[in-house]
Amino acid sequence: MSERVTVRKTYKLFVGGKFPRSESGRSYLVQDSNVSLASRKDARDAVVAARAAVKGWAGATAYNRGQILYRVAEMLEGRREQFVALGVPGAEVDAATDRWVWYAGWSDKLAQVYGGANPVAGPYFNVSAPEPTGVVAVAAPEVPALLGLVSVVAPAIVTGNTVVVAASPTAPLAAVTLAEVLATSDLPGGVVNVLTGRLSETVPTLAAHMDVNAVDLTGVRDPELAAELEVKAAENLKRVLRPVPADHDWSADPGLRRMTALLETKTVWHPKGV
Amino acid sequence: MFEYAPAPESRSVVDLKPSYGLFVDGKFVDPADGGSLKSINPASEEVLAEIAEGGAQDVDRAVRAARRAYEKTWGRLPGRDRAKYLFRIARIIQERSRELAVLESLDNGKPIRESRDVDLPLVAAHFFYYAGWADKLPHAGFGADPQPLGVAAQVIPWNFPLLMLAWKIAPALAAGNTVVLKPAETTPLTALLFAEICQQADLPAGVVNIVTGAGETGRALVEHAGVDKVAFTGSTDVGRAIARSVAGSGKKLTLELGGKAANVVFDDAPVDQAVEGIVNGIFFNQGHVCCAGSRLLVQESVADQVLESLKRRMGQLRLGDPLDKNTDIGAINSAAQLTRIRELTEAGAAEGAQSWSPPCPLPERGFWFAPTIFTGVTQAHRIAREEIFGPVLSVLTFRTPAEAVEKANNTPYGLSAGIWTEKGSRILWMADRLRAGVVWANTFNKFDPTSPFGGYKESGYGREGGRHGLEAYLDV
Repeated sequence: MSERVTVRKTYKLFVGGKFPRSESGRSYLVQDSNVSLASRKDARDAVVAARAAVKGWAGATAYNRGQILYRVAEMLEGRREQFVALGVPGAEVDAATDRWVWYAGWSDKLAQVYGGANPVAGPYFNVSAPEPTGVVAVAAPEVPALLGLVSVVAPAIVTGNTVVVAASPTAPLAAVTLAEVLATSDLPGGVVNVLTGRLSETVPTLAAHMDVNAVDLTGVRDPELAAELEVKAAENLKRVLRPVPADHDWSADPGLRRMTALLETKTVWHPKGV
Repeated sequence: MFEYAPAPESRSVVDLKPSYGLFVDGKFVDPADGGSLKSINPASEEVLAEIAEGGAQDVDRAVRAARRAYEKTWGRLPGRDRAKYLFRIARIIQERSRELAVLESLDNGKPIRESRDVDLPLVAAHFFYYAGWADKLPHAGFGADPQPLGVAAQVIPWNFPLLMLAWKIAPALAAGNTVVLKPAETTPLTALLFAEICQQADLPAGVVNIVTGAGETGRALVEHAGVDKVAFTGSTDVGRAIARSVAGSGKKLTLELGGKAANVVFDDAPVDQAVEGIVNGIFFNQGHVCCAGSRLLVQESVADQVLESLKRRMGQLRLGDPLDKNTDIGAINSAAQLTRIRELTEAGAAEGAQSWSPPCPLPERGFWFAPTIFTGVTQAHRIAREEIFGPVLSVLTFRTPAEAVEKANNTPYGLSAGIWTEKGSRILWMADRLRAGVVWANTFNKFDPTSPFGGYKESGYGREGGRHGLEAYLDV
């Protein structure tokens, strides 16, 4: 008997909850697979999808968002071997799963830790609460392909932002596979959009896009490109997360910074009286 | 009715020198490579004092002094000692508050009633508030041992000169940074008096440096390679330019920029209270307020009634001598700002909106603009989109709450918003949907050192005030 011929997977983009090819029709060979080479137009389409998802996702209850992020962890745990087969170390898959769990729990706690009542000197009720900034464009770290990606996406979306993420150009298979996890976790379409291909093609478009509220340059290695992107981001005063050093320890406690940098604090006043 | 009688505040409490140098390393010094500017009283065009215009060398000298102080004194001081210096400063401000208020009104043109009752109490309160944080930073929620950034470059505007100085300097020093601050070119005098207060408090040399000057001085300061942090309050255009100039430098940046706030009045709002709020929202400080309620959105069914009351109330506003305690509306801060207000209001009329002002005689000398409302304004009009920064209100109407939200958020800015309604659930529904950093419900233009202030979108990023305000000056 001859050996069974395996069914191979096509690795495509993840935009608006669907898996389209690049509108440019291009792909590139990486990790022994043909992977979509996203164009500037794909980046713009992804922003449209992310913007459309903001209202529902930011408007969902914190409890609901936490449930969905926890569901992502459940799905990821179940697909552990699939990521290992792509070359992701088992310990990294475990750490990525745990990170989803950790961030899931923040959904209904951050507002209490990062907001609060302000004791103003007058007869006023005064309270500050964090809100999502909106659409966040992210350049994911090149390595570790899975833990790095989860560590930049989860803190952005747990508070109600939506994301367009440019995946690691050299190890995109984990990103596309993670997109399959997200697609089966009750995460509404458009909350996370994944672009594969060259950072130099997609990220400048995202950094300059006038309907993007924040840009996370974590994965941008070239300091000159990072500075250029910051200049583009200034056009509509995007919030900017700057690159991290190449030797950044992604297994360390992430702290609140990645969440708080993508939040707006809103303060509401009302007089007290009878 | 009583006959009007002026009640002028005496300016004898202010002892101005004919000229002022730069405050660098604890001393007033002559500029090395700069020129000089004259600061005038915008209500009379009288020259108040000649001030130094810091050049690149002066900025460099100030940054070096701040660096030395950071490394040798301030950065090594325990938080409790930093706190005590800040408490000292707060106390001296309280003791000298009348002098500071009069000087502020002379230099800025704002009514003494506002500088005395709003600006100065908030300035002192701000120093008190952040003084208390200096030895409690591990409890502020930024980790066990949050560190300062180093030298902060701070550039502030002319609308609340001393208050903006307090918003910048108090948290910076509490967190352990040293500062170089550039006040606005038209309103440097209270910052220079503040420098004297630093001397009086025996604040170590170089912790606070004041470099006066205009745009070029500010540019040299924010672009100086020796600063670790840039904080700017001012126009969105300049904020954008600063964001570009610090790109790639690693400097931490916070920006508090322009606004075009909607003040939304529903049909169930108590009209008299709402009208007081509208007046306070746009005519406070001559409308030179980044969070001014410059777009009135009034529900169509009560628009006529609200406008009639508003016009009646505007007829009571007294415009004139800023030092007169009766004055509601003082002088426009500068000839340049007056030109900008005129240009935009002319555009409003040209685009088809109808302007109205109460009978309002303007003094012959100085810079003045009568309180003005525009009706028949559409969202496409420049006066509904651009920040006028003057006593000019654009009136638009809406029918449903959803339309009010849509129109309120239809701006690249997102600094503040107002809601007037008796219905609590509607306030909270609106507050959730308004994309603005500060939402005033049934009140407007209230400020407090414990209350974070700052914008969404192109109104900038970072918050000033409260625990949040520390974040801008910590390496977190």
